[in-house]
Amino acid sequence: MTADHHPAELAPIEARVAAIESVLVERGILDTDTLDQIVQHFEDNLGPMNGAKVVALAWSDPSYKERLLADGTAAIAELGFDGPQGELMVVVENTPDVHNLVVCTLCSCYPWPTLGLPPKWYKAPAYRARAVREPRELLAEMGTVIPADVEIRVWDSSAEARYLVLPMRPDGTADMSEERLAAIVTRDSMIGVQRL
Amino acid sequence: MDGVHDLGGLDGFGPVEHEDAEPFFREPWERRVFRLMVGSIGALGGPGGRFRHSIERMDPAHYLSSPYYEHWLTGVTTLAVESGFATQDELEHRAGGRFPLSRPDRGVLPEDLTERTEPRYAVGDDVRVREWHPPGHTRAPRYVQGRRGTVARVDGAFNIDDIEAHGGGSVTDPLYSVRFTSRELWGEAGADGEVMHVDLFERYLEDPQ
Repeated sequence: MTADHHPAELAPIEARVAAIESVLVERGILDTDTLDQIVQHFEDNLGPMNGAKVVALAWSDPSYKERLLADGTAAIAELGFDGPQGELMVVVENTPDVHNLVVCTLCSCYPWPTLGLPPKWYKAPAYRARAVREPRELLAEMGTVIPADVEIRVWDSSAEARYLVLPMRPDGTADMSEERLAAIVTRDSMIGVQRL
Repeated sequence: MDGVHDLGGLDGFGPVEHEDAEPFFREPWERRVFRLMVGSIGALGGPGGRFRHSIERMDPAHYLSSPYYEHWLTGVTTLAVESGFATQDELEHRAGGRFPLSRPDRGVLPEDLTERTEPRYAVGDDVRVREWHPPGHTRAPRYVQGRRGTVARVDGAFNIDDIEAHGGGSVTDPLYSVRFTSRELWGEAGADGEVMHVDLFERYLEDPQ
């Protein structure tokens, strides 16, 4: 910023938001009342509780799991989860031999319908830089030790596809209902930074 | 462009500052920025490549030192100024201080605007990512340009961001997930038993030599 006529002091972030918001409302481009309902819908209905239902059903119903791995978008839509940032869903399955990890190195691509908005650390440089370079060390640092004989597959959401990890079903859950299973599925396990 | 946003493989950022759970929005202004983007981006060129590129054009120091939703604010505001809905002076007057925007767009429209729908490659084919470092928006990260990989999935044809971001409208291109070994990407610093998949448009790819 070399232009001399700009004020010296950075305006507070709230004041900058208010400035552009007021301009766009005055120009008739932004209708904040209608949008509040849309944002409220996101806040109320999007989040990892949706992805957890997908995972719990896949664990409970082999035919659903087959459909989920073959066409993630359609199988997830069966549960009513679709919309922006979920138009092309790919589900990748963890097995005793393979661990999957999802990242977006270029920005913040993330499956909104099933996981909600991405957490702060997912969008921050450290995770984006290291997930594709030293995933095993990164995961160990985050408390998730992947044995040396397990292949790590990293998925960089660099274009249209959004990824959901299907974690391995933990031991000792054979008698659990779908609802109870969903309660043990975490956001982090569906990104791949945690094993259940 | 080889911008500061293209972070795959960069060293020096330290540990991930992980939290088990966090609210949908941390601060009221974050929610307002989300609302601002969702509500105005349609009038500013859409939420795709043009919006992403408005963030990629941020001053690198500003990009790395600002929170995520400040990126959205800076990008949307830059597009609003470039579209003639406001001036930076007017915004700084209203905000009562400096309102940094992104740098001018130096990107150019790619020459090849041919619409393609039939994939040229199939699962299992070996490919090489073109090494061309375009001046504008692209979804081909720097860390795979010039590298060899194998097609792992064919996703159909989608609008390619590189063209849409620079005023060329909707042009489809086949899309693939390409698998790279860690050794291919990082050489001696790579590791066995680690593979990276990157979603790449067909015009980013060429036959391996």
